[in-house]
Amino acid sequence: MSQTTAKSSPKISLLRVLGPAHVWALGVGIVLVGEYMGWNFAVGKGGAYAALIACWAAGLLYTCVAMIDSEVTSTVAAAGGQYAQAKHIIGPLMAFNVGLYLVFAYTMLEAANAITVGFLVDTVAGMSGHSGIDQRPFIVLSIIFLAWLNYRGVLATLTFSLVITAFAFVAIIVLFFGVAPWNVDSPLKHVELLGNQPALPYGWLGVLAAMHFGLWYYLGIEGTTQAAEEVRSPARSLPFGTMAGIITLLIAATLTWYVSTGLMPWEYLGQAGVPLFDAARLSGSTVLMVILGIGTLFSTLASANGCINDASRAWFSMGRDHYLPAWFGAVHPTYRTPYRSIIFLVPIALIFALGAPLDQVITFSIVSGLLGYTFMPLNIILFRRKWPLDTIKRGYVHPFHPLPAIVLLALCGVTYVAVFLGYGTQLVSMVAFYIVVSLWFHFWRYQFVSRGKQFTMPWPRPKGY
Amino acid sequence: MAYKPPNQGKIGQVIDVIVLLALTIGTLYIPLWLGLAGAAKTPAPIENPTWETLNQSPVAVERWNALGFADPASANDIITARFDYSFAMGELLIMAVVVIGYFFLIIRLSGKEYHEVIAEKFGSQK
Repeated sequence: MSQTTAKSSPKISLLRVLGPAHVWALGVGIVLVGEYMGWNFAVGKGGAYAALIACWAAGLLYTCVAMIDSEVTSTVAAAGGQYAQAKHIIGPLMAFNVGLYLVFAYTMLEAANAITVGFLVDTVAGMSGHSGIDQRPFIVLSIIFLAWLNYRGVLATLTFSLVITAFAFVAIIVLFFGVAPWNVDSPLKHVELLGNQPALPYGWLGVLAAMHFGLWYYLGIEGTTQAAEEVRSPARSLPFGTMAGIITLLIAATLTWYVSTGLMPWEYLGQAGVPLFDAARLSGSTVLMVILGIGTLFSTLASANGCINDASRAWFSMGRDHYLPAWFGAVHPTYRTPYRSIIFLVPIALIFALGAPLDQVITFSIVSGLLGYTFMPLNIILFRRKWPLDTIKRGYVHPFHPLPAIVLLALCGVTYVAVFLGYGTQLVSMVAFYIVVSLWFHFWRYQFVSRGKQFTMPWPRPKGY
Repeated sequence: MAYKPPNQGKIGQVIDVIVLLALTIGTLYIPLWLGLAGAAKTPAPIENPTWETLNQSPVAVERWNALGFADPASANDIITARFDYSFAMGELLIMAVVVIGYFFLIIRLSGKEYHEVIAEKFGSQK
């Protein structure tokens, strides 16, 4: 990340040291928690098979996201990802909104992770005869501890994340091999658990509704573009690393679905707080239960850690550009972290982690992500129109334009309807929030923003301007 | 001539922070707190439930027991809870208008700001 103060320090350029494998690890690392919790609410919204269809449809949505985002990011190779893209292609207000999408998608995900930690502790305590413990101290402790780690410095933070993410990833593979689906005495009983139930309890409307939480399998994979300035060969590494990440998650998501639906009734799975831990409990193996319990804890902590890192950087960037009060654009004199942004976002995460149910907090995160995905097709269409292919050198040109943009826009439309089914008020309240803050920005805040400094890429004047 | 933004004082910055916090909590948290938003999933428990009337197979019963639900009554709410997906077309239209209107608003207002950015960066077109 670029660590400069808002006022006087020189801008330090970032080292280009990352390859495709790093991009893959960045993407999978932040999203992995989606396999441990949250995805299963898709089962609750439409049934087991609806969740699987939604998982694959969401995979198609994210393939379009990766194709489009790879082209723009490999050309706008600046830290900040979609926020920097929006500044150059659509305008400051869009960039302000995209920055907020990132902040709220990640802050709500952080809150969801903290809720899961509390729920896990409660479940384990209940199993050992201490049911009904107060989850709140564990939620508060998780958020405060990770905020403190981020406050102290990014290196220790990322090292911490890398280790615990690797463990959480291996734990899923161990669970799959542990239940040995190829064995006749495997605990997986799909026929017995799903055979006497209607395949689609809500019909095809349930499949549509399940698309809402289907996004949770992959939400955040687009965060790979945040590292665009630190990638050795963006043209090769970004598309390759991101697509490999999506394929990995698609396979992991299908395995997770397969193991979980074969171990527990879908009605339970559809509302479970820690489904993979529950799956391990039902496998009959204490070792698997311990590994998946630790895996759940580690994946939530790693994800929350990445969320604090990314959300605070996005908030900091907006402070540095004066989209938000410049006070947020300061760097800690010793630790060189955006400490004011980190501290400011802590109470917001706490309010939602302590005061809202998991599915609703996840929905806020998903809606912010969804608004960001809706921005992407608009972004690529305007990008190609303002700078046709022969006007600037692109690192990567995605094929079949505008087909991926049209498919992405259509799938986003479907997902809005999916969220509307069951969570309509939350959808409208979140969009209302973005409308109000957009008006606040345009009619008040924008006066503090330098105009020409918003455009830093060495490109020619956009066509039509 | 390049636009020179005014310097914002400390009090102005504090007020902006308070406004942002109020908007965040006011529009996102208060509706949840008042119970106006959230999942429309409600249990429809049946009277004197048995595992059979709850349509649970023997394997499912074994799994419910392992998860800590010793009798059908304890799992009654979870098994019978369903979303109500009935909606009025007017509600769907309102949602569509809000979302499309939002994107129309920001693309339009961003476009006006973008003209200023380009004019200052590249100079005005003759």
